[in-house]
Amino acid sequence: MNDWLLVACMALVTFSIRYVLLAFSGRIQLSPTLVRALGYVPPVVLTAIVVPAVVFPDGETLWLGWQNARLVGAIACVILALWRKNLLLTIAGGMAVFWGWGWLVN
Amino acid sequence: MASSTESIERSPRREALAGARDIIPLVVGAIPFGIIFGTLAQSSGLSFGATLGMSAFVFAGSSQFIALGLLAAGSTLPLIVLTTVVVNLRHMLYAASLLPYVQCASQQWKVVIGFFLTDEAFAVAIRRYGQPDRSPHKHWYYLGAAGTMYANWILCTLLGLTVGQLIPNAAAWGLDFAMVATFIGMVAPYATTRPMVGAIAVAGLVAVLANGLPHKLGLMVAAIAGVTAGFWLETFLLPKPTGKS
Repeated sequence: MNDWLLVACMALVTFSIRYVLLAFSGRIQLSPTLVRALGYVPPVVLTAIVVPAVVFPDGETLWLGWQNARLVGAIACVILALWRKNLLLTIAGGMAVFWGWGWLVN
Repeated sequence: MASSTESIERSPRREALAGARDIIPLVVGAIPFGIIFGTLAQSSGLSFGATLGMSAFVFAGSSQFIALGLLAAGSTLPLIVLTTVVVNLRHMLYAASLLPYVQCASQQWKVVIGFFLTDEAFAVAIRRYGQPDRSPHKHWYYLGAAGTMYANWILCTLLGLTVGQLIPNAAAWGLDFAMVATFIGMVAPYATTRPMVGAIAVAGLVAVLANGLPHKLGLMVAAIAGVTAGFWLETFLLPKPTGKS
């Protein structure tokens, strides 16, 4: 298969998906109800990305044990984030726990 | 707390720099994926130029990886393109979420915002857009963040293509956990109302249950379930302002 044709087609569909709503945004009437619903999108999407990444480290097998360093690191992140409400501290602390725990259990 | 109060309007340049700075943890998290993509691409049958071109013009990590897998399995072009549509459908949800903030933007800005729309750019920029100050330069913040992500993605693809075989297994570094940590830190501030907590809980649970679905469809299902749950809880739990139907 022509790989540049593949790249062109993939680029075209990807850009179209990302752009189409923005392109017509000026003509879309946003009801307050819709805006209210859209407000849930950011936290909900980020959660839907993170949770599987944590409990399915290999993408397929559910791993809820304490030896799962991702799970322990993520719990540390949640505690830090709710407690100190500082993003950089959450990232640094979470990474430290994740790496430290991974080193301990291996 | 992390960002200072926006009483003084920031210049476009300062907005862009702030965006570039704020996306750094997510850029770090993407490094291993970029390198692995570049390393795997040529053995999957993609030429050097097309690999770099894919990162430069498609700029959508998950679908790029899936395309490699399909290519290596000898799949056909229409099937790969169709799969790309399904995998990237979530970006439409991001665009919808950005609508209130881009309605008044010029068409050029909309093209730029659309082209660079990724999980990471969305996650970082939506926080800036949601801040109450009336800065007219928030798109520059987006561009700074998304542009940094973009430059890094191309650079890492190039690294993978050239010296990828010499780099020890990038997947084992654990750098990708930076994304997990960052996203958790970004979600936490939202968890202040019961509908929001419910929405987050439903999204997480459904994401686990729907993990077996192919092509990131589980993410879409979980997102829709979460938004619906939050909206439903808000409608039925919170007292409505009087006078509204």
